[in-house]
Amino acid sequence: MISEPRLVLVRKNVLKQNDVLARALRERFREAGVLAISLVSSPGSGKTAFLENTLTLLHARYKVAALVGDLATENDAARLARSQAPVKQIITGTVCHLEAAMVQNALDSWDLRGLDFLFIENVGNLVCPSSYDLGEDLRFVLLSVTEGEDKPLKYPTIFNSADVAVITKSDLATAVEFDEDAAKRNIQAVRPGMRIFKVSAKTGEGMPKFLDFLENQRLRSRSTAAV
Amino acid sequence: MHELSIAMSIVDLACEEAESHGAPGVDVVYLKLGLLSGVAKEALLFSYEIACQQTPLEGSKLLIEEVPILVDCPVCMDRRSVQSLQSLCCVQCGSPTPEILQGRELMVTAMELRQ
Repeated sequence: MISEPRLVLVRKNVLKQNDVLARALRERFREAGVLAISLVSSPGSGKTAFLENTLTLLHARYKVAALVGDLATENDAARLARSQAPVKQIITGTVCHLEAAMVQNALDSWDLRGLDFLFIENVGNLVCPSSYDLGEDLRFVLLSVTEGEDKPLKYPTIFNSADVAVITKSDLATAVEFDEDAAKRNIQAVRPGMRIFKVSAKTGEGMPKFLDFLENQRLRSRSTAAV
Repeated sequence: MHELSIAMSIVDLACEEAESHGAPGVDVVYLKLGLLSGVAKEALLFSYEIACQQTPLEGSKLLIEEVPILVDCPVCMDRRSVQSLQSLCCVQCGSPTPEILQGRELMVTAMELRQ
């Protein structure tokens, strides 16, 4: 005898496991008083140069550290280590994005207390990282002037999942006839109200303003943590 | 292409659920998929079949309900849909709508279990 199938209600998030780990990481960051920031962008948008510059500038006054995700090689960790900040490479193998478990494993032996900023550089990819919460306080999406002003319209999901947009390689803007207004309009269309910075890791343009923002964010998160 | 790893998470979740109900297999998995979830429906369906192989879900169907984006419009002061994924503005009054109420779902809502 074949019986009727039985319908059961489930209502469970598919990424529940990732979300639980991400929540635990967020709590760990909050307790340690560290501001965790992740960076997402397409490959070649200047994430590593931007991060190296940021780490170097912050290192003078703050305790900073970084995790950097790539499919292969430790090249980026070696580049970032020039900033003198502790850096750890996460090699994902064939995986096209970071997951909360990878961040947790990478931080396993780290004492986060005493750290002020932790940066998590995701794998260069504008699609897959958007679905995975890493426990970060803020997610930055980078867009270089050489990529085309319509990138946000082509990849709306990841731009929408981010908190702050950073336009990079501003020193090349004139050479590539970058239309800054159009780029900003497109960012606002997919993520209304998003804060936008324009920087050049090469000339340092825009970096002081960006660092002020980071410092303010840290103070803000510390004051909420203290409550 | 992260849909394969998403599909494997669905299969893991569904296997656990079937086991907890003492069911030998699964016929259908119902999934809510938000337009802002970052997961592509076609790629997910393709990956699902592969992820089901040699599991109690082999031969099961994944039924996807796509969930549209709903926002809280600050001008209309009401729940509204948006113009498009490329223009997160109230479909009625055109105001920018940063507050998203619905559209990020990636959730198994129900399953049909074999008895």
